[in-house]
Amino acid sequence: MKEKIYKWAFTVLAFSSLLFLTGITIILFKESLPLFQKVKFFDFIFGKAWYPTYEPPEFGILPLISASVLVTIGALFVCVPLGIGSALYLHELAGPKQKAILKPTIEILASIPSIVFGFFAMAVMAPFLQRLLHIPVGLCAFTASVILGIMAVPTVCSIAEDALSYVPKSFKEASLAVGANRWQTLTRVVIPAAGSGISTAIILGMSRAIGETMTVLMAAGGAAIIPNKLSDLFAPVRPMTATIAAEMGEAAMGSFHYHALFAIGLTLFFITFIFNIIAELISRKFRLKLGLSG
Amino acid sequence: MSGKEQFASIKTSYSIEKAFNCITKIESPQKKSNGKFIQKIGFFLLGLSMIIVLVFLGSIVYFIVTKGMRAISWEFLTQVPKSAMTKGGVAPAIVGTLYLTLGSMVFAIPLGLACAIYLCEYSPKNVVVNIIRISINNLAGVPSVVFGLFGLALFVKFFGFGVSILSGSLTLGILVLPSIISAAQESLLAVPHSLREASLALGATHWQTIKKIVLPTALPGILTGVILSIGRVAGETAPILFTAATFYMRGYPKSVFSEVMALPYHIYALMTEGTHPEAQTQIAYGCALLLLILVLSVSSVAIVIRQKTKISA
Repeated sequence: MKEKIYKWAFTVLAFSSLLFLTGITIILFKESLPLFQKVKFFDFIFGKAWYPTYEPPEFGILPLISASVLVTIGALFVCVPLGIGSALYLHELAGPKQKAILKPTIEILASIPSIVFGFFAMAVMAPFLQRLLHIPVGLCAFTASVILGIMAVPTVCSIAEDALSYVPKSFKEASLAVGANRWQTLTRVVIPAAGSGISTAIILGMSRAIGETMTVLMAAGGAAIIPNKLSDLFAPVRPMTATIAAEMGEAAMGSFHYHALFAIGLTLFFITFIFNIIAELISRKFRLKLGLSG
Repeated sequence: MSGKEQFASIKTSYSIEKAFNCITKIESPQKKSNGKFIQKIGFFLLGLSMIIVLVFLGSIVYFIVTKGMRAISWEFLTQVPKSAMTKGGVAPAIVGTLYLTLGSMVFAIPLGLACAIYLCEYSPKNVVVNIIRISINNLAGVPSVVFGLFGLALFVKFFGFGVSILSGSLTLGILVLPSIISAAQESLLAVPHSLREASLALGATHWQTIKKIVLPTALPGILTGVILSIGRVAGETAPILFTAATFYMRGYPKSVFSEVMALPYHIYALMTEGTHPEAQTQIAYGCALLLLILVLSVSSVAIVIRQKTKISA
């Protein structure tokens, strides 16, 4: 009898939390659909102008999507070499003592809140870069990319290091035994074997960068223009997440602007969803290849 | 040959083949010295990237600690803000962050644990459970601002809780629910089946086994997950932007239905609103330091627990 009550209670609690989690998808759809009575889906995604408060308003999110993509790609240029490089260092060069300190330190640094990075970008980095590079505004796509990249480094580094540590020792020993040096072993045996694990790390870092809100809201400047030349890297941009965060406060509840912001949220939801599915598929393949379970 | 041996031999032949391919490319002694040179450069670059990472992250911490120290005083920690945010303290923001963190955990820990226990111990093992597991993993990657939208639509608007501690806590709770579930699930799955079987064989019931054997064994892992999510909740800003936070309060929140100040949002507001940028930046440094101390000490505890269990396991 008691057993049955426990089982029943757990089932109810479990399903209520699942209900909340499916609720997210439902609510996002429900709140964004009213927009599409007014704006066509195609015009929403590919529209070149985002003027939600003009009369008549325009709801094209291409400038916002391209800003997100630009900032994310910029962040990758920072976090991939640094993240993978430091993971390889931890794996191959750091002695046991060094590793025992560095690995937890990096894991702890991974938990620095994004607002702190945004604040640092605004208070220290932007004025510094503005003077250093002689650019008109310090808060621009470039600053946002650099700080986002730095922010994602600890994540990329610890996932990539985990992937490297799953590569069986026999791989490395076999390579060294036939006369390859350590660098050759690392680049031609260990990295290819851990390749999919490392790509998972990169994709998760990317997914973190594209979904990051406070950092880009504070560091990217906030102009809704489509970046189309290289110098636009130093112009202010407004990625999707920053748009939602900045404009939700002023959008009247139930207005088209309000629904448009939910539609941006839905778009983001799908983008990160696709990234995560890809990461999951790759990491599953990786585990199969190395003969790990689960 | 057993399956395992067969697999091991495949693995070894694979690695030997790889290594052989790589060696056959190196023929002349000249190339060999080249190889050494390349190795030196390669290792140098790896070391360099580690140094750059540490310098960058270290300088962020350094700037915030040195400049934040100047702002922090007894008054800063215990007083309410005065003269348009340029003087006084940030006590309501500290209290607000504690309320929001506590509220979200009261909500997320029982639900998350129950969900993980159900999925690991009670539910039938089938495709549906697998799909649930994958969707929970996916939800852990959804941007926090999207959770903010969800909280706005459901708690603030639909349930009519308004912009309040309650709405904010619930939103933050749902934000970390997926991470708590997957951390708990992982550590429950790591408990060996033999332990469960031994307990059942001695005549313990299913629930007794879970309570006395499975949960205590999985506890360190669950604890790590929970503590890490406490740190995350304390620093999150985007989800409380439209569900709980307010820039300025004269006193402390009176009930769960009042708006609340919070440290992370306060930093944002100090940097983007108001009319005294210089004085406000000083206060923001102080808030950032408080937040950093709070979050880093919480996550250090989690990492230490994880490290200890790794060694004992």
